[in-house]
Amino acid sequence: MTATSTSTASPTTGTTPDHPPATMVDMSVDLAGRRLPSPMMTASGCAANGRELGRFFDVAELGAFVTKSVMADPRSGRGTPRMAETPSGMLNSIGLQGPGISSFVENDLAWLKKAGARTLVSIAGNTSGEFADVAATLRASDAFDAVVGVEVNISCPNVANRGLVFACDPLASAKVIALVREQLPRDVPVFAKLTPDVTDIVSVAQSCVKAGADGLTMINTLLGMVIDTDLLRPQVAGVTGGLSGPAVRPVAVRAVWQTRAAMLEGRLPHVPIIGVGGVRTGRDALELVAAGASAVQVGTATFNDPSAPVRVGRELAQLLQDKGFARLSDVVGIAHERLARA
Amino acid sequence: MSGATTHGTRPGSGVVQVTGELIATRRAGAYHHLTFVAPGLAELARPGQFVALAVGGPTSANLLRRCFSIHKVSPSGTYGGTVDVVVAAHGPGTTWITELRAHDEVDIVGPLGRAFPLPKEPVACVLVGGGYGSAPLFWLAEALRERGCHVEMVLGAATESRLFGVVEARRHADGVTVTTDDGSAGARGWVSDVLPDVIRRTGAAVVYGCGPMGMLKSITDVAAAEGAVAQVAVEESMACGVGVCMTCVMPVVDKSGVTKMVRSCVEGPVFRGDRVRWDAFSDGWCRVPDDAVGAPRAGGH
Repeated sequence: MTATSTSTASPTTGTTPDHPPATMVDMSVDLAGRRLPSPMMTASGCAANGRELGRFFDVAELGAFVTKSVMADPRSGRGTPRMAETPSGMLNSIGLQGPGISSFVENDLAWLKKAGARTLVSIAGNTSGEFADVAATLRASDAFDAVVGVEVNISCPNVANRGLVFACDPLASAKVIALVREQLPRDVPVFAKLTPDVTDIVSVAQSCVKAGADGLTMINTLLGMVIDTDLLRPQVAGVTGGLSGPAVRPVAVRAVWQTRAAMLEGRLPHVPIIGVGGVRTGRDALELVAAGASAVQVGTATFNDPSAPVRVGRELAQLLQDKGFARLSDVVGIAHERLARA
Repeated sequence: MSGATTHGTRPGSGVVQVTGELIATRRAGAYHHLTFVAPGLAELARPGQFVALAVGGPTSANLLRRCFSIHKVSPSGTYGGTVDVVVAAHGPGTTWITELRAHDEVDIVGPLGRAFPLPKEPVACVLVGGGYGSAPLFWLAEALRERGCHVEMVLGAATESRLFGVVEARRHADGVTVTTDDGSAGARGWVSDVLPDVIRRTGAAVVYGCGPMGMLKSITDVAAAEGAVAQVAVEESMACGVGVCMTCVMPVVDKSGVTKMVRSCVEGPVFRGDRVRWDAFSDGWCRVPDDAVGAPRAGGH
């Protein structure tokens, strides 16, 4: 419900209904053994940990709520300025600010569980051992049954050794994934979140899946930089930052496409891909799905429209219905089939 | 696509997302004063809170919201509830807003953030505004006077055209002092030059401030020296305004004396002046104080 729709005195015209009639399309997703009613998710670092967006929509309406990457200890993040607006996107340099895993499970995960949110917990670490410790604390927590998966953020560009992001190195990636996998029950899938800032994303994906990843999330932000031309100095305090938003969407589509193609060619085991990068509308989500994504995260667009993660889901369902599809799963990777047919 | 017309709000959340129709826009010195119809927002808002406006329409290349403190609200006008903001055209987003015409629509989220706390007793208060930072103070003055507070305003700017609301101030306050850096209006100098006198003369217990960071720091210093409490509304750049992007953080000391990097959009924008770590701000940067919770360690982030 909205204020406008209930206010007949408003001269505002031309608004679309907030909740168009539900479509007949089956939007459910099997994500590495977990059945989700919707493919839509928030993107880590673009949605905080639930309460804030819970003011705008029911977080249980999502396929999964993806939390901000949490590390072992509380972390202040970087100084400010932390962001710069860029054409159809933004550069951010937050520096993984967070409460630490103990406070996270007690306060944030407990809230998400109470709200009925299926939660995909994003974890990070300075070392592979820290990733494992975070996963162990998560598993031992009271609210662990709200967790439908763990997303391992091996690709954040805003870390001290940013030239040495885990996901830039297949071996370092494999080590982290194997250690996290060991800490979690078999029925809790592990997703490796990958960076497109590599020569060959498929080889990193291969390494992660071999080490036990049950799925892949792609893409994280791209390393970028903005100069303030008034002051002639870097615009963000962290100097470089992660580029996100619709500007990077073609990079995400490409990464999902290449990885799905490798699966179809037998170079990579079939695992689900969660597509993320520059999704703002249902049409954008459909691009990632057609390239091979089984689920879709909405990140930077949430800053523009706090209800974007659920709005995009409604638009995607409508689009699939208009095109005559009965099931979302029939469309996953369809662009590969249509290329083969051409 | 329906980005600009999708509405999200949940009952009891204290915030609405509405398509606001512009019904009035006028120049006010160097600024633009805009009135939007924003049903449901006016009833929830209190002085010191802000709204976040999407700019450029549904396919805009400028994704980040622009945040403005609420100048005033009226819950039941001819058009339904309205909200007023004052905008300075700095960059492409704010320029787009100032170029809007009557009946144009903007996606508005609000009210956001914490309001100015009001004193329980009818004490004297001084309200200090720098440039168009004065925008939320007139509404605050009204609320204070309703409680029986004696209210004085101090408005300062670089030059006369950058003052906002001098005439309005005379209507809303029991006394008004104006300063400009160049002496083009009122006393030549800064608000902090005249503030000690105003506090002493009125016996003010609270000083409210809104404006640039440097000014808020000096208001805090003057208030402390005169034995008054400072409540300041900060201006930090924000990407979302709703607490999810983590870009608008600043170091603030909590009740137990611990410094944390807190979001000015949800924990602020109003802070007690003596809780803000002004020592961390310099030259347009804000660093993380070494004693802040989770601050970078040697070799850390």
